[in-house]
Amino acid sequence: MEQRATRIALVAWSTLVVLFLWIPLALIMLYAFNKSNVQSWPIPAFTTHWFRAAWTSEVRTSLWLSVRVGLIATGIALVLGSAAAFGVDRFRFFGREAVSFLLVLPIALPGIVTGIALNSAFVAGNINLSLWTIVVGHATFCVVIVYNNVLARLRRSSPSLIEASQDLGADGWQTFRFVIWPVLSTALVAGGLLAFALSFDEVIVTTFTAGSQNTIPLLILGYIRLGQQLPVVNVIAFAMIVLTALPVLLAQRLMRDTGVLRRTAGNVTEAVESAQITAV
Amino acid sequence: MATSLDSAQGLSRRPPGRPARAARLRVSGLFWRHRWAKALLLLAPPLLAFVLVYLASLVALFVSSFWTVNPLTTEIQHVWNVDNYTQLWNSSVFRVVTLRTVGIAAAVTLTDAILAFPLGYFMARVAGGRSRAFIFVAVLLPLWSSYLIRVYIWRLILDDKGVLNWTLQKVGLPAANIGYSNWAVWLIFAYVWLPFMILPVYGALERIPESYVEASRDLGAGGFTTFRRVVLPLALPGVVAGSIFTFSLTLGDYVTPLLAGGASSQFIGNVVYDQIGSGDVPSAAAFAVVPLAVMGIYLLIARKLGAFEAL
Repeated sequence: MEQRATRIALVAWSTLVVLFLWIPLALIMLYAFNKSNVQSWPIPAFTTHWFRAAWTSEVRTSLWLSVRVGLIATGIALVLGSAAAFGVDRFRFFGREAVSFLLVLPIALPGIVTGIALNSAFVAGNINLSLWTIVVGHATFCVVIVYNNVLARLRRSSPSLIEASQDLGADGWQTFRFVIWPVLSTALVAGGLLAFALSFDEVIVTTFTAGSQNTIPLLILGYIRLGQQLPVVNVIAFAMIVLTALPVLLAQRLMRDTGVLRRTAGNVTEAVESAQITAV
Repeated sequence: MATSLDSAQGLSRRPPGRPARAARLRVSGLFWRHRWAKALLLLAPPLLAFVLVYLASLVALFVSSFWTVNPLTTEIQHVWNVDNYTQLWNSSVFRVVTLRTVGIAAAVTLTDAILAFPLGYFMARVAGGRSRAFIFVAVLLPLWSSYLIRVYIWRLILDDKGVLNWTLQKVGLPAANIGYSNWAVWLIFAYVWLPFMILPVYGALERIPESYVEASRDLGAGGFTTFRRVVLPLALPGVVAGSIFTFSLTLGDYVTPLLAGGASSQFIGNVVYDQIGSGDVPSAAAFAVVPLAVMGIYLLIARKLGAFEAL
């Protein structure tokens, strides 16, 4: 056990680090109520006016684009990511290590490399930048998120569950419906939520695959660079912090409660594993 | 897998109930007997998509770094040469930018390790279940909240008329005025990537069995010796795993230097971004190979230190 002084020092340090993480987030939520166009401190007066004023057609168009891209990319990621996770977990084959290494490349390599690689491929192939080119860019790292979530779950489940189900006379569909799905469903939902959150927030790859279209992050980036519409940016910031909190908390709960495989020891590790994956 | 054949045949010999189920059983049996077919069916679509889209683009990028742009027509000339690389090697601007990028990435990694380690230690070995869960969520939420927003808020904080200077003035200290400088870039990166360091460090510390620490104490080691000789070596892979994220993410970023940096805060990413903007894809591709190479070396070292087991 640690000495008293060490413990006090650890508590103090931890408190400071958590405050360091949270004070900026609290501040931006305050700025959303800033009456002035000038974003200085202290905030001179408060208003809720900007919440209505922020609902411009530009914001609506970008929001709609971001939602569509996020949903399509997440859908692709769920199918391809879980298929890859099953393949890598259940089969031993030549080059398996290489495959699992390749699949995490999009999150291990700097985002700008992925971005300009896709961009130059689109230019070389005479492909016009559209909704679909953004989707392709996002899908590369969304697949990795789902893949990692599903793989973490499969590694904790026993293949003998499936064998037992087949021995008891279940066909493939029944095995999937009554054995695999209950084990996997929460990991899929969690992976999907995180993939969507990531896609919704992505800037670096998107700049190279969007052309003249604006997703929500690209719109904000433009506003901040030009120093325009900052009250609108503040309101979007407020909304985005609140809205990302919900799916993340939900995903967190889902990864903890594994139903069939309720095991206390593995839970924290799985949560850590699934949480530390990103592309940004 | 030889015994499994029997059970599959046993299934298909059974009198079929509904025709749909019989068909499903036949398909299941087929896949069970030919496991490679199932593996192929599962792995082919994701791998094909991955190789055709992602790897092909990376290769295309690498190939185009050996081409040049005609300065008059701004058209890409498909002539093989290493001009882009020799230009890179000889240019002092590129060298300064590379050193700055790698230097700040290293500083950010070090800062995050120092901030994260005591917190991870507290979570894993001191805090009770409830406060551990609270801190876990408190670290996770900023990780997933918008990156751009978190950079933007620091712009407001570090501004001349921002919270930082106001607070310093209130407590009677001189104004910091670090907005739009390399200090701001360093601070913001350290803030934005901090959760990526905390989680693996905590994970590694949590996996150290309490009995190891007890054994060390029984053998007469003091608290500090136990920490230095037992806890620290076992937690190091976690720190290295976290550093992969903090280092790689800083290396490939251009948004933070763009929004929060000053005149001399250009990163590799900014130069690449500008080159793409002016249509010079080959030069951009050549310069983008630099963070790729740095990251490759870094990953090799990380693997030697056992970071991949801690991921």
